[in-house]
Amino acid sequence: MNTVTRATPASRVAMIIAVLALIVLAAAPWWAGRADLRLLGEIFLYLSLACLWNLMAGYAGLVSVGQQAFVGFGGYMLFALAIFGGLHPIVAILLAGVLAGLISVPIAALIFRLKGAYFAIGTWVVAEVFRLTFAQISALGGGSGSSLPVDIVRSLADSRSGREALSYWLALGAAVTVITCVYLFLRSRRGLALTAIRDSEVAASGLGIDIWRTKLEVYVVTSAFTAVIGGLLFLQKLRISPDAAFSVNDWTAFVIFIVVIGGIGTLEGPIIGTILFFLLRETLADFGTIYLMVLGVVAIVVMLKAPKGVWGLVRDRYDLELFPLSYRVNTKPKGD
Amino acid sequence: MIEWINAVVQGILLGGLYALFAAGLSLIFGVMRLVNIAHGDLIILAAYLGLSTTMLLGVHPFVALLIVMPAMAGIGYILQRGLLNKTLGSDILPPLLVTFGLSVIVQNALLEGYTADPQKLNAGAIETASIAVGGLSLGVLPLLTFGMAIVVIAGLQWIFYSTALGRGFRAVSDNQDIAQLMGLNKAHIYGLAMALALAVTAIAGILLGVRTSFDPAIGGGRLIFGFEAVIIGGLGNIWGTLAGGVILGVAQTIGAKIDPGWQVLAGHIAFLVVLAVRPNGLFPRVEH
Repeated sequence: MNTVTRATPASRVAMIIAVLALIVLAAAPWWAGRADLRLLGEIFLYLSLACLWNLMAGYAGLVSVGQQAFVGFGGYMLFALAIFGGLHPIVAILLAGVLAGLISVPIAALIFRLKGAYFAIGTWVVAEVFRLTFAQISALGGGSGSSLPVDIVRSLADSRSGREALSYWLALGAAVTVITCVYLFLRSRRGLALTAIRDSEVAASGLGIDIWRTKLEVYVVTSAFTAVIGGLLFLQKLRISPDAAFSVNDWTAFVIFIVVIGGIGTLEGPIIGTILFFLLRETLADFGTIYLMVLGVVAIVVMLKAPKGVWGLVRDRYDLELFPLSYRVNTKPKGD
Repeated sequence: MIEWINAVVQGILLGGLYALFAAGLSLIFGVMRLVNIAHGDLIILAAYLGLSTTMLLGVHPFVALLIVMPAMAGIGYILQRGLLNKTLGSDILPPLLVTFGLSVIVQNALLEGYTADPQKLNAGAIETASIAVGGLSLGVLPLLTFGMAIVVIAGLQWIFYSTALGRGFRAVSDNQDIAQLMGLNKAHIYGLAMALALAVTAIAGILLGVRTSFDPAIGGGRLIFGFEAVIIGGLGNIWGTLAGGVILGVAQTIGAKIDPGWQVLAGHIAFLVVLAVRPNGLFPRVEH
């Protein structure tokens, strides 16, 4: 009797390890120092950005180099809604996500007219439009930016350590939410449609999948989530400026490197990539520009020699899958 | 009124520079469907090579072109055969991500070699010379840039349609496999296309460096201007690229006239409007 399953022993073990790791990480404010806590928070936010970009580029084929538009938008909306709207920062961040989802619809209607690499540069133009527009808004500090007022920062928690712990938990929560949502989405009917599009657009459309609509949904949801992560990033930094908010290096180049090195088009890839990226950064960061050049070389070599990234190599070698997404046929001997 | 006319005329001339940014991009897309994200950084690389040449040899930036053009062409050929040819195929990810990585490498290599200080090429009296035409004062350098753009585009058009090399370009563009059967070496033709594109980039880089100051970080912005000119003009139409550059230039100078902070933004908005109204650009190549 043959049975079809998705889970494997490896995926079950991975699940248990993930839950244990999550418990340990959730307790980090009690065991980690201030600098480590900050670094971990940053790692979780980069992990979230990488998962989102991977969903867009690796599954929906929407290779964007302009997601910094939504990172910056989320950051600026946090500042605007908290300062002028008087909203609690967390409410402001969630609302920023909703607003980003709304404005991503007309943007998609425009830039979906561009194909492939031209789509990529089109997204960059949009990000530049965002940067230049926010640089014109003098109420938000214009080109030099502004800081989050002290009373708004205090509204998060009274003590500094309380705020740092909260900001850490928000980052951890965001990463867990993003990974869970992407995982559930990919396991759903729509996720199946998306995987079909990734494997062959022609075949997918022949099976009745509305490609444009599926891609639009992914673009809108990804943009909304990206803006929320952007809000959290700038809640950590407490200061925003157009150049920092809409930086193509910080919010797109690094994210692309993480996904490419880890393995594009897999859920495990961004996680492995984030770990490798931060290991590289913490060892090489003192070298400044050399470190960025090394990163560029590594990404090119990986793209040419192992286009599925580190995780692709591991998966091909050991047939491992930590997130049970594909279906497997278990052949059992007769009389079983 | 005269001020607005002036803004339009200056914009048209500025468009010549943008057309030069765009011509190389348009050429390589036409021949091998490759979009080079590092294109802007290669323009800046050419400007820096010009700087080094003028410093070392003490020559005028335009004379430096005699060295920078072959150098960039050589870099283009090696880059294409050594790296970019390996990325070509049905998947769009490898060329995109490899040229993106290349962009980061070039940008940081320039930062390492030349620091972040803004630099400028010194072309002497020609920078400030101007001629009066009907109440307007036209800079000699912008006029020269615009003339250069016309010469370059006419030259590319001639190479494309009247030479054996151009026949090779068109053949591999139409059908790689049959072109190979007819005895063309695809890898070599692609290498030559990139060499030609980067020779044009060398002209663009030197003219940019004489016109304004530059630093390693501005490559991305130049890529975007070139790309906008290509899309506004219509993919596959090299004269359309000049029209696209002119429209972009005029939008920018008019934007700057309204408010100096609006210059670049106005250009992007003009691009988005064209994309909304005429998604294939204003002068798309007619499909036969």
